[in-house]
Amino acid sequence: MKYIIAIIQPDRLDEVLDSLTAKNINLVTVSNAMGRGRQKGIAQVYRSHRESGSLLRKVKLEIAVNDEFAKAAIEAVEGAARTGQVGDGKIFVLDLEQAIRIRTGECGAKAIG
Amino acid sequence: MNITWKNRYAIPFALAGLGLAASGWAQEATVAAAPVAAAAAPAAPAVNSGDTVWVLVSTALVLLMTIPGLALFYSGLVRRKNVLSVLMQCFFLVCMVTFQWVALGYSLSFGPDIKGFIGNLSWGMLNHVGADPNADYAGTIPHSVFMLFQMMFAIITPALIVGAFAERMKFAAFALFALLWTTLVYDPVAHWVWGMGGFLRKMGALDFAGGTVVHINAGIAALVCALVLGRRIGYPKKMSPPHNLPFAVIGASLLWFGWFGFNAGSSLAANGLAGSAFLATHVATAVAGLTWAVMDLVKNRHVTVLGIISGAVAGLVAVTPAAGFVTPGGAMAIGAGAGVICYLFVTVVKPLLGYDDSLDAFGVHGVGGTWGALATGLFATTAVNGAGANGLFYGNPALLWIQLKAVLVTLAYSGVMSFVILKIVNAVLGLRVSEQDEHIGLDLTDHRETGYTLID
Repeated sequence: MKYIIAIIQPDRLDEVLDSLTAKNINLVTVSNAMGRGRQKGIAQVYRSHRESGSLLRKVKLEIAVNDEFAKAAIEAVEGAARTGQVGDGKIFVLDLEQAIRIRTGECGAKAIG
Repeated sequence: MNITWKNRYAIPFALAGLGLAASGWAQEATVAAAPVAAAAAPAAPAVNSGDTVWVLVSTALVLLMTIPGLALFYSGLVRRKNVLSVLMQCFFLVCMVTFQWVALGYSLSFGPDIKGFIGNLSWGMLNHVGADPNADYAGTIPHSVFMLFQMMFAIITPALIVGAFAERMKFAAFALFALLWTTLVYDPVAHWVWGMGGFLRKMGALDFAGGTVVHINAGIAALVCALVLGRRIGYPKKMSPPHNLPFAVIGASLLWFGWFGFNAGSSLAANGLAGSAFLATHVATAVAGLTWAVMDLVKNRHVTVLGIISGAVAGLVAVTPAAGFVTPGGAMAIGAGAGVICYLFVTVVKPLLGYDDSLDAFGVHGVGGTWGALATGLFATTAVNGAGANGLFYGNPALLWIQLKAVLVTLAYSGVMSFVILKIVNAVLGLRVSEQDEHIGLDLTDHRETGYTLID
């Protein structure tokens, strides 16, 4: 089992979700996030005071998959989130030790599906 | 197509112009004679303090309709990344149109008539607009107060159009468009309907508080904007729901509240007519909200918040031209009609046509305003207002025909002129923001601010 964390541009979210759905991956958690990488933010101005905008708005996706779906999930996110510009984001892949479906108590691969 | 439209209306315009020129001169002679007589007679009509208070309060109420009423109504319906851009456009219009109105707008709209089409510039910078009443417009309040009341109408009209191009128009392009539109479309149309010598006024068209001048005018301009700018990216399949419906509810409520100034204030006096317009306004709005809720219930099995407030706004729009001419029963019928017609237009007809009028400025103001203007031709009665006329249901089918002509002339003129202005602005500045800016949102790209923070 893999745990995939993707940090993407907010405006790519729709495309990424569509692309995951197309590969039959429906389980995903989405949250708003702030962060910074190499990309500089758009400076904001409040009463002439220029904020350099060190943190940028991003969207974070968390996807738990069984091993055979990991490659498809990564490709789906990568393909849909890429614009070729700085700030497209990152994908992190972690080994997932355990998954438990709370309702039934099922563990492991069965709990993810 | 535009050339055909233009030609079609060029002939009636020319004829109307000629006819009015003749009658206008006759009237000028009488007007010119009046001051001589007045010089000998006792002083000009006195300012009535009750009337003046009511119109001053109404003026502030109509300002409240734009900021924050309409601004909140619209900004609640857009996505969170564009909330400030919509608030900004409304607020900016208050500032810019005020400047335009003082400099020349009031004179173009209400100044001495040129052939029934427009006022001349002799009242520019508010020359001749002082504390003495102008008996042609309102004999018991200072002329300056009448001018201020009208200013608020000139402000809200372009603000209504904002709903059509929200979330995708460049700010600079919006500002230039609004300035040109106010000067070349709003001011002439206001003159035709309300100005002394205006040709629609002389034709006998009834427009109590601005159904034609404000709502049909802005509504058709909104449709043209939506068509010329094109759809937002992702419309209609990938649009997020309104980002803050409570804002929209507060905005619609403030519109309702402010509309009492708009309609009841249009009697320009604290009298029975103001009371009757107030009553008609309230009743029509309530019935329209109720009607929309019932339509929602029948079609979707749920009554929705956005539905009932949209219905109420449609009712306010529809009753505007009729407010001072109809009985409470007539107002109820107008409200019910607005609820049904606007509902069907926004939920059935618009999706079929496929254009993206972001916040339904045409569906509510254009369609509701047209229904209201025609309904005035049905339900108006001299029993309510002796200065008005009887409509079809009171034995005078001619009024309906006059109302229809006024609607068509406004639709044609405003539609064509809006198209021409948009093309000019597009050539000078470009109308739409870049695709990337549209994705990021106009708050950050146009104004370098954000409405909401995510952390803290």
